[in-house]
This record gives sequence, C-alpha cells and structure tokens, in this order.
Amino acid sequence: MEWLTQPWPWYVAGPLIGLTVPLLLLIGNRRFGISSSLRHVCAALGSRLPFFQYNWRAESWNLAFVLGIVLGGFVAGVLLANPNPVQLNPQTAGALQQMGVSADSGFLPKELFSWQAVLSPVGFLFLLLGGFLIGFGARWAAGCTSGHSITGLAALQLPSLLATLGFFAGGLVAAHFILPWALGLLR
Amino acid sequence: MALPIRDEFELQSKAHTPGAVGLLAYLPYLLAGAFFGIVAIRSEIASWYRIYEMFRFESFHMYGVIGSAVLTASLSLWLLRKLEVRSRDGEPLRVRPADPGRYRYLLGGVVFGLGWGLVGACPGPIYALLGSGYAGALVILLGALLGTYVYGLVQRHLPH
Repeated sequence: MEWLTQPWPWYVAGPLIGLTVPLLLLIGNRRFGISSSLRHVCAALGSRLPFFQYNWRAESWNLAFVLGIVLGGFVAGVLLANPNPVQLNPQTAGALQQMGVSADSGFLPKELFSWQAVLSPVGFLFLLLGGFLIGFGARWAAGCTSGHSITGLAALQLPSLLATLGFFAGGLVAAHFILPWALGLLR
Repeated sequence: MALPIRDEFELQSKAHTPGAVGLLAYLPYLLAGAFFGIVAIRSEIASWYRIYEMFRFESFHMYGVIGSAVLTASLSLWLLRKLEVRSRDGEPLRVRPADPGRYRYLLGGVVFGLGWGLVGACPGPIYALLGSGYAGALVILLGALLGTYVYGLVQRHLPH
C-alpha cells in the first residue's frame, strides 16, 4: 500500500488527470474547468456587477467539484501524507538555496507558506498578489490550466493554445525575473 | 468605448431542480473532484517546487503530466464521438466552444502565468492545498476571488 503515500510518476498522474475530461462529460456533459468556480462564488455572494448576473445555481456542479478537490487534498495531503520532501533536481535545489529558499521543507517551501511567512506583511501580500493575478488572468483568458491547457488543447481549440502560450510566457517571466527579486524582499 | 459583456462559454441553460434529488445529483461531481484532488497532491503538481522546476526546464515531470493528460483527454473525446455517446437528455457529449476572441487569451494568459509562476499553484492545486491545510492557500484563494471580482469590474475596458 506504499503507493498511496508515495509520489506518482507522470505517466500515471497525467492519464488520470486527462480522464477527468470524459468523466465530467459522462456525469453531466460538463466542460472540465476549475477557475469558473471563482466567478460562481462572486455571483453567489451577490455581486451586482453585470459579469456576475447569471444563474449561478445552474453552474453549481462546479462548486461541488471544487469542494471535492478540497476533500481530495485532505485525503492525500493529511490522511495519506507523504513524509518525505519533494525530490527536486539538484540544480533546482541549488538555485533555490542561493535565493534563500530551502529545498527540503516538505511539499511547499516554508519561506513562502509557513504560518510565519503567511502572517508577515510581505509574505501575505506576495500570496495575495499572486492569487489576484491568477484570478484576474483566468477570467480574462476565460479559463485556467485545467480549462485551457488540458480540456481546450485536447479538444483542439485554438483559443486554448493561445491561452496556454500566455500561461507559459507569464510563468517564465515570473520564475526567472520577478521571483528572485520578490524572494529578496521576503528574506 | 464600453463593450458588451463577454461570456467565456455558453453558460448552462437548464437549471437544477432543488431539493433532496438535486443534492444527491452533486455527489458524482464531489467524488470526481476528490479524485482530481488526490491526483493533484500525489503527482506533486500542486507543489510550488515542481512548478518552479518546470519553469527552469530542469525536470520532465510536469511536461509529462500535462502532455499525457492532454493525450488521454483527446483520445477519450475521440472515442466518445466515435461511439456517439449521449447525455441522459439525449444531447451529444461535447466540449463547449470558447469565446472567439484573441487578445483575451494571450493577455489574460500572461497575467495568469505571472501569478502561477510566483505562487506556484493554479486554481485546482489551490483548492487541493487548502484541503491539505496550508494557510497560504487560503490567502491565494482570497486573492484569486479578488482578482476575479476586479476583472468583472473592469472587463468592459479590456481588449478581448
């Protein structure tokens, strides 16, 4: 039963993630996408902006789906937690250590995600701003990695290819140019 | 110039019937989500470390996950079409087409990518990390809700 707590290789995890697309179609003809849930939450909270004026209840399957993801995160991350840190490429680990980020603090780096980091003003703002860009960008691009880079690409939709190129361009800029600077502020 | 409201995909037309039957209808989605959440943690795609490693091109793992996921999904879609599988109300199963804009995908995509590269989690992993008990995920989620709201506020002034 060791496989329950040990990391799964890409050739197991990838196909399982891909199967989410036909699974949601078979359950109720739904398009796999996760960031729409953020819009539904804003709509459910009663925003009066036109963008949030629609029958969110008809889309509420998506809220049940993301609630399920939270549950899955609890099962895999708490009940069946992997006791070992993420095994990184030594080159990546070295680069992180140079920037003052520990490469062996578990599933997430403590410099960014420990309580101490989250409750510091700079650490809090870093995560809030990162989240803001994710939420804003996902709605502007009409989807995130699940809706575009998995579902849309699999359905050969051109918009999803454009979005995926954008995701990677932004991610490369963030990881190579913004992150080193931001981590300097966090130290 | 104010533009009309853009909808990304056609939203669902049929409303859910509320009540006990309606609640039970959510169960398959809840379980599908739990399945996805478990895979997201076990495959470590929800780990900041893996995302950083990916953007440095120092591991094949993330590319393998995304590539084989797309391939599997694509083959499944082909098979569903080939077998002419239909939903319970007789509709053909299909991936709803996206809004035909261009700029929105590139520009919005870059903005999303900037956030993804910084906090190392896209929306699926944010929810999975929340379940794993990381307080940081709650802050990211709060930011993402804020970003979603502000997009709704300024949508008309953005190129799509």
